[in-house]
Amino acid sequence: MKRDKKDEEAGGNIYANLDKTSVIQETRAFNETPINIPKCRGVLTKLLYLRLQEESIGRAEATRAFFAITKLWQTKDVTIRCLIYLAIKELSTASDDVIIATQSLMKDMTGREDLYRARAIRALCKIIDAGMLQTIERYMKQAIVDRNGSVSSAALVSSNHMMRQSAEIVRRWANEVQEAVSSDNQMVQYHALGLLYKIRSNDRLAVNKLVQKFSKSGLRSPYAVCYLIRIATKLLEEDDQADSALFQFIDTCLRHKSEMVVYEAASAIVSLPNTTPKELAPAISVLQLFCSSPKPSVRFAAVRTLNKVASKHPQSVTSCNVDLEKLITDPNRSIATLAITTLLKTGAESSVERLMKQISGFVSEISDEFKIVVVEAIRSLIARYPRKHTVMMPFLTNMLRNDGGFDYKKAIVETVIAIVEENPDARVAGLAQLCEFIEDCEHPSLATRVLHLLGREAPKTPNPQSYIRFVYNRVILECTQVRAAAVTALAKFGAQVAELRPSIEVLLRRCLLDSDDEVRDRATFYLYMLQQSSQIINNFILDQLQVSPIGLEKSLGAYVEEKKFDKPFDMRVVPIAAQPITHTEKPKPKLADPEDLKPKAPKKPEHSERLGALPQLAQLGPLFHSSSNIPLNDSVSEYTVQMIKHTFTNHIVLQFDCRNTVEDQRLVEVAVVLEEQGDEPEWQITDRIDIDALPYGETRSAYLVLEYPDSGAVVGQFECSLKFKVKDVDPKTGEPESDDTYDDQYVLEEVDIGVSDSVQPLVRQHFNAGWEKLEGAAEIDQTFALSSVSTLEEAIKKVSELLGVAACERSDLVPEGKSNHQALLAGVFRGGHEVLVKAKAAIDPTDGTINMNIVIRSDDDGVADVLGSALN
Amino acid sequence: MDFDSDPTSLYSVKGIVILDQDGNRVVNKYYDKQTFPTQKEQRAFETSLFKKSQRNSGCEIILLDGITCLYRFNVDLYFYVLGAARENELVLESVLNGLYDSVSTVLRKNVEKKTLIDAMDTTILIIDELCDDGIIMETDPQTIVSRCALRGEDVSFVSDQSLGQIGSNIVGAMKDQLKWSLLK
Repeated sequence: MKRDKKDEEAGGNIYANLDKTSVIQETRAFNETPINIPKCRGVLTKLLYLRLQEESIGRAEATRAFFAITKLWQTKDVTIRCLIYLAIKELSTASDDVIIATQSLMKDMTGREDLYRARAIRALCKIIDAGMLQTIERYMKQAIVDRNGSVSSAALVSSNHMMRQSAEIVRRWANEVQEAVSSDNQMVQYHALGLLYKIRSNDRLAVNKLVQKFSKSGLRSPYAVCYLIRIATKLLEEDDQADSALFQFIDTCLRHKSEMVVYEAASAIVSLPNTTPKELAPAISVLQLFCSSPKPSVRFAAVRTLNKVASKHPQSVTSCNVDLEKLITDPNRSIATLAITTLLKTGAESSVERLMKQISGFVSEISDEFKIVVVEAIRSLIARYPRKHTVMMPFLTNMLRNDGGFDYKKAIVETVIAIVEENPDARVAGLAQLCEFIEDCEHPSLATRVLHLLGREAPKTPNPQSYIRFVYNRVILECTQVRAAAVTALAKFGAQVAELRPSIEVLLRRCLLDSDDEVRDRATFYLYMLQQSSQIINNFILDQLQVSPIGLEKSLGAYVEEKKFDKPFDMRVVPIAAQPITHTEKPKPKLADPEDLKPKAPKKPEHSERLGALPQLAQLGPLFHSSSNIPLNDSVSEYTVQMIKHTFTNHIVLQFDCRNTVEDQRLVEVAVVLEEQGDEPEWQITDRIDIDALPYGETRSAYLVLEYPDSGAVVGQFECSLKFKVKDVDPKTGEPESDDTYDDQYVLEEVDIGVSDSVQPLVRQHFNAGWEKLEGAAEIDQTFALSSVSTLEEAIKKVSELLGVAACERSDLVPEGKSNHQALLAGVFRGGHEVLVKAKAAIDPTDGTINMNIVIRSDDDGVADVLGSALN
Repeated sequence: MDFDSDPTSLYSVKGIVILDQDGNRVVNKYYDKQTFPTQKEQRAFETSLFKKSQRNSGCEIILLDGITCLYRFNVDLYFYVLGAARENELVLESVLNGLYDSVSTVLRKNVEKKTLIDAMDTTILIIDELCDDGIIMETDPQTIVSRCALRGEDVSFVSDQSLGQIGSNIVGAMKDQLKWSLLK
């Protein structure tokens, strides 16, 4: 009874609820004589099933099961025999002493039954090590060229697995493998070609020859041809002056009779760098043809590839637009979504209206997930064509009004917020939408975000009082966190618009009686602050804490541990974050390919942790700023060196990441040598960490610590070279050939330390408040004519790079067609001195020259001077 | 094993999964131990995969978490082949077809959960012949079946099933093929 019930739960699958221990118990059946064939087969299948489930079997148990299995060798039953080989393969990692099966397997491998031979080879190669491999080398060579396809394939695929641990032995079979490429069996061709390439892959010339030979000989297997295309593509990508025959080969594959090969060739061509539209055209037309294939996988493949091309060569894809539009209604949502995003990428400004109409036709039918993808596509479209917001905004409003889950609403709200922030023309319309949205919003987290935005953006609109009703409604109607956010938003209105302040104070006073303490506290706090001077209002209501949360936590921890509470905690030692804490990251598109998601540049906390781990650097204090990676030579040379500059309060640490790409060399005692240029050297190297040994293929770091000179100079130029000793090693084993070394030197590019290294960029939310605060502090005013840049945006970018400051309030975006622009830039100088810069740039319409007026304010005279000098 | 980064890697299949109509596992074999290190990740992936494929019945391909998933539905079984996103979709499709057609031949076109579970040993062997640790071994259903459907099978028919079924053409064809493969 009980058993039946269990079976029913598992939906009739007797394998679904297998008990590990009882299956191991059942393996005792293998020891019986005579062997009960159906029973053994059942038990063996159960055991294999357990392994497929990745059920962890204890070592002792697995070993017991393995020994029981070896007893079965004597049966004549074919299924059992095949299952044994499979079981050995599956148990090879879990059980001890699998090696005892070697003899039996070797016998079967050379036996007469082809069926057993192939399986025995595969099982054997799983369990033996490099030493044993040599003893069966002869048999493997024979198996590779065996006339039976399954034996040959088994040997080739197993050799491929073994390339990972005993590549040297497998390399010796190159002749046999080459012979196998010409086999009649299609799969053998494919496996042999793959292995041959892996054997030769270190030798460019040999690979080149290989491709040339087999591209002419006409491989029969479509898999093999696909593989050959991949090799050819790789060669073309790596070499700028590659043989044109390679490209020609891929091109001819576009007319292959197998769809698989045609697609492989087409996607290879579009992925190549530096292709001309003429070269692309045949590949695109093949993909276009695929778009109307009855098979979903073919359509999917085609659209996905077109989607990728669209980001690189949008104009080449426009010819497919008609076919892509048909795919918008495809029953397969993945295809439909890819089609839409491709269209949005290629669409011209004029076709936006039509496209939006088409999307709104089917948007109600698709699931939330795809709606999000559509919303994201719209967002990128708006970023490209800001003027089209009049078309998009009503569309988004409609979507916002419809039912949908949290993620979907969030995507829309984020899009509208992005529009409001980036496009001043759309601000009023967008804020009105959001106000309407929060009137009836069931997600507190979205409501708080909108309120935050209202507090920041609405006071800048011509009619701020109209928003106050929406905000105050929240105080009456919503849950605690929304009420608290609404109070903060109200306070921001009061802080920014002086004439509204009395009415705001009335509203805040009403909040003093709120049922929740957080709301009451905020109201009391803001009420008091609003009655103070404008300076205090700026500091405590408009400015936000701009520190990295991890850094703050660490510094506070250190302060508490030190137990010196007589002196106050110094905020200036906390590492600063370029973005305020409330900043949200831009979401990644859902359908992004993994190759697009490149690892981000290492973040600051990681840098500071890595540096803090080195005892010599730990006493320098908290890390202030780290530059990005700067390559000091070509990435293709023998040794590649990249530099990162880390700034501390009084020191600068240069980190050199060195990589050795010479296979037969090991570098020892690697040191970086710096020589200052100019007549009077000022910089002192106070400490250094060299690299003891740098083996092939590894990246290790050397460090130099420089002290900022007493003279107050912050710039320096250095000649830089790498000094090291070379030890020749055997590339195969990695062992040194002898103890002899010889000195060598390698010249790198110059190293510059600039003003920007001393400044941490900072995005301030309210620039003008800070600017007024520094009224009367050190100020430097300079005007230049810039000749090297041609657009305002470029000019502003250059100045902010030079000074190491960041643009605030999105002032780095220059509206189209404007001839003058003012950028608001901010940063923090070493030691916590604030730096604010106003850069006004104007372009002369007659001759295109750019004039720029830069005003720098800082709370320290020296800092302002230093920055001013950087501009000259 | 290099499934994603190296375009010239032979390792192209990340996993083969068969689920029933309720999303329960019937058979599974994962090759990519980085993406699917333990049962937990595997089950989680299967759940979301099943949800997506069920809703879009009639389509045969989706991209999920950077994994190209091709599938095929029959009566109460879903057959999935999972591959790297860089992999040629049509190559993966040929693997799926190889899997489905081989299973269908062995089950004499009776592809449903019950018959599949009864022939679990052969199914496991088919998957093993189809793909070895992620490298595609063979995709031609006839060849795969000839390497897995075995003489032992005929014996069991006599004892378990009615005589009428033994005469089925497929068994005859299998025998012939086996003979040929032995004669070679």
